[in-house]
Amino acid sequence: MIIASNVTKKFGKLTALNNVSLTCNRGECIALVGPNGSGKTTIIKSILGMVVPDSGFITFNGNNILHDWHYRNHIGYMPQIGRYPDNMTIGDVIEMMKDIRSDAISLDDDLIVSFGIPDLYNKRMRTLSGGTRQKVSACLAFLFNPSVLILDEPTAGLDPVSSEIFKEKIISEKNKGKLILITSHVLSELDELVTQLVYMQDGQLLFHKTIDQLCFDTGEKKLTKAVASVMGQSKITSFGL
Amino acid sequence: MLFYTLFLLVTTFSVFSLDENPAKGLLSMLNIILLIVPLVSIMFSTIYLYNSAEFIELLVSQPLKRKTIWLSLFIGLSASFSFSLLIGIGLPIIIFQPNAIGAMLIGIGIILSNVFIAIAMLSSVKTRDKAKGIGFAILVWLYFTILFDGLVLFFLFQFADYPLDKIMIIISSFNPIDLSRILILLQLDVSAMMGYTGAIFKDFFGTSSGMIISFSILMFWVFFPVFFSIRNFNKKDL
Amino acid sequence: MKMICYILTLLICVDSFGANVLCVGKSKQFISITAAICSAKDGDTVIVYPGHYYEKNLIVNKKIYLKGIGYPVLDGQKKYEVVSVKANAVVVDGFKIIHSGVSSIEDLGGIKIYDSRDVVIKNNILEDTFFGIYTQYGKNCTIQNNELHANNLEEQQSGNGIHCWKSDSMKIIGNTITGHRDGIYFEFVTNSIIWRNTSFKNIRYGLHFMFSNNDAYIANLFTANGAGVAVMFSHGVKMYSNTFQENWGDASYGLLLKEISDSYIEGNVFNKNTSGIYMEGASRLLVKKNSFENNGWGMKIQASCMEIEVGNNNFIGNTFDVSTNGSLVLNTFNNNYWDKYDGYDLNKDRVGDIPYHPVSMYSMIVEKYPTAMILFRSFITALLDKTEKLIPSITPEGLKDNKPQMKRKF
Repeated sequence: MIIASNVTKKFGKLTALNNVSLTCNRGECIALVGPNGSGKTTIIKSILGMVVPDSGFITFNGNNILHDWHYRNHIGYMPQIGRYPDNMTIGDVIEMMKDIRSDAISLDDDLIVSFGIPDLYNKRMRTLSGGTRQKVSACLAFLFNPSVLILDEPTAGLDPVSSEIFKEKIISEKNKGKLILITSHVLSELDELVTQLVYMQDGQLLFHKTIDQLCFDTGEKKLTKAVASVMGQSKITSFGL
Repeated sequence: MLFYTLFLLVTTFSVFSLDENPAKGLLSMLNIILLIVPLVSIMFSTIYLYNSAEFIELLVSQPLKRKTIWLSLFIGLSASFSFSLLIGIGLPIIIFQPNAIGAMLIGIGIILSNVFIAIAMLSSVKTRDKAKGIGFAILVWLYFTILFDGLVLFFLFQFADYPLDKIMIIISSFNPIDLSRILILLQLDVSAMMGYTGAIFKDFFGTSSGMIISFSILMFWVFFPVFFSIRNFNKKDL
Repeated sequence: MKMICYILTLLICVDSFGANVLCVGKSKQFISITAAICSAKDGDTVIVYPGHYYEKNLIVNKKIYLKGIGYPVLDGQKKYEVVSVKANAVVVDGFKIIHSGVSSIEDLGGIKIYDSRDVVIKNNILEDTFFGIYTQYGKNCTIQNNELHANNLEEQQSGNGIHCWKSDSMKIIGNTITGHRDGIYFEFVTNSIIWRNTSFKNIRYGLHFMFSNNDAYIANLFTANGAGVAVMFSHGVKMYSNTFQENWGDASYGLLLKEISDSYIEGNVFNKNTSGIYMEGASRLLVKKNSFENNGWGMKIQASCMEIEVGNNNFIGNTFDVSTNGSLVLNTFNNNYWDKYDGYDLNKDRVGDIPYHPVSMYSMIVEKYPTAMILFRSFITALLDKTEKLIPSITPEGLKDNKPQMKRKF
């Protein structure tokens, strides 16, 4: 569904992405993990067209995304930090988004209901806590029933109850055959969700494996442990040992 | 924005009601339009653009053309500034000076706001750093209000032996504030501008074709930065 | 009705004091004025009835009262001088004089007074004349309540409205002059008065004064003349209560003074001129109680002027109040009201406590570099002026009003 081929991006001297190739398919739930500054957000932004790669290309359903914006109709994106115009109310923001994506076929307001957002409709964005904003971002990402969901650190500010609701929502969407891309630091949260894992470091994609394969390779049963062992290995490799 | 409107409204009203001579009031208005309006326009727009950077980012992730997003931002800013100006300066002018000069002041004020919003858009798309961007905006304002004229004066002193009048007309079009000032002055202070050089300026700016040219140049000052900012924004990494 | 007319005419034509009355008209004693003058003797009255008269050059060489009734038209057919007065104490009253000849060699006039005294030219209308009323070697002549209207567009094609040359004790009163080269022109004219005339839209000057001493002009109105009013090379000129207004343009002045001395300028109004007063080589002038309003420059005093006393004037709404081109100042300014004065009056004696410097730095710059006008009212010029106020460097330190008034005087 999404194919990135040999994508390279440099910000000045820093190489954010170094020849990254990635293939994502329907029904997969892919976790993007890696240390800070490894290029996770950059690859997400590249897929969203917010960052234009220096070389290489990305296709969405077989079409190059460059100079084409319609493909974003099929993507729901939840940013790391959601910032909205201060003087708008939550209702305004949701209405505005509906306005922007007026050609969405069906709306999915499960999250809006289960997060209890309608009670807060008249609250202005500047009065909201980080967690509530995160909830709004999540609602917006799922609202238009997109076939691809890109979630950047989704559970960072959420309380455990909301976090649980949210995870269930992700699982149900995955089961509907959608492609889900998640970056997160909290690996334990991803445990029950993800089917595949992409590990990035220093702008390079070190490996892309299914969870089963990974557990098999590392001999661990838990994702956390598996990744930790991989990270240990990769440190060793990067030290040349 | 509301504050800006109120500020304009209060100053304009006080300027007109404090001065028994309405012509003097108009001169104070001229200063407000040539100094305050560009400053507020460029500063507010720059700060607004930086503050809504994340929101712009979010919009870019939506199925929207970047050009549409950027133009909407410009139109939003431009509409709110023009509206503020219409209320803040237009209302008192309609009460105290309902004539061609008043209309000219409002028109020029609106165009100048748009010019500086456009410049703000260009500068904020060029620099990612907020502090740098705001500093640059202040510099741009300083350049157009003082430095440019200082350079012109210096140029005049250096080349005083040459006939500079025609060149001056061209040079003035490099600074939207200068151009606006001359356009308003020709309506306002005819006596002094009617001196020898004044006559030449009047011959150019006073004729309808000269007016059309100068207004086109002012419009160019709006479109040019907006156009380039769009081009930059289309390529920008967010 | 006809009978009454005849009787009336007879009554008028019968002279009871020894002098005769000669009537000119279609069905009158004389058909042409020339013929009537021919038969007249000194002291007679010639009455001209309405009609269009082609007299070629009408020469009045006897002391007669030439009276027009209902503005009879004297037509010069664009060839001749219409009326030539060549005798003393002639009165020309109530004619409409049109189409004088135009010549580049002779100064053909509508009415020309040659070498005569006590001539009175009054209540005439002059249209399309080369020179209007021309006096040479006249003495104690009166030119009163005439209307002169020419519509020439070029300076070379046009003569002056009221032109006096080498004359003395002239009285120019209540005339209206427009469209001529100079409205009123004085050269070598002494002891004369110009009073309550209106001179507007003339091609060059509204009033032009050369080598004419000890004259006065009072309560005249000069509006929108090509170059305003010029008074040059004269002394003892009194200019009282005149209005100079709307003289726009590059070389246009409300009042241009050149080589003038021992003169008075009092109670005049200068409104909306490019320069209110421009003076060059003037000395010992008293400029007081005038109003300078809405001019580009209130006064331009070149450094060649000395002992000019400027006092008790109002300077209101001028772009520049005073400008000069040098640093040496031999003139004094006192007790004027300047609307740009931003000083204070702590002891409440209605006199500002700090002196006012009417010359701004920017006006000095413009004087030197006229193109700098393009920076007019820009922020930088305001900045320059403020700096100059704190640390005077270019503007003449001596040019200041030590007693600026807090309130306008009248």
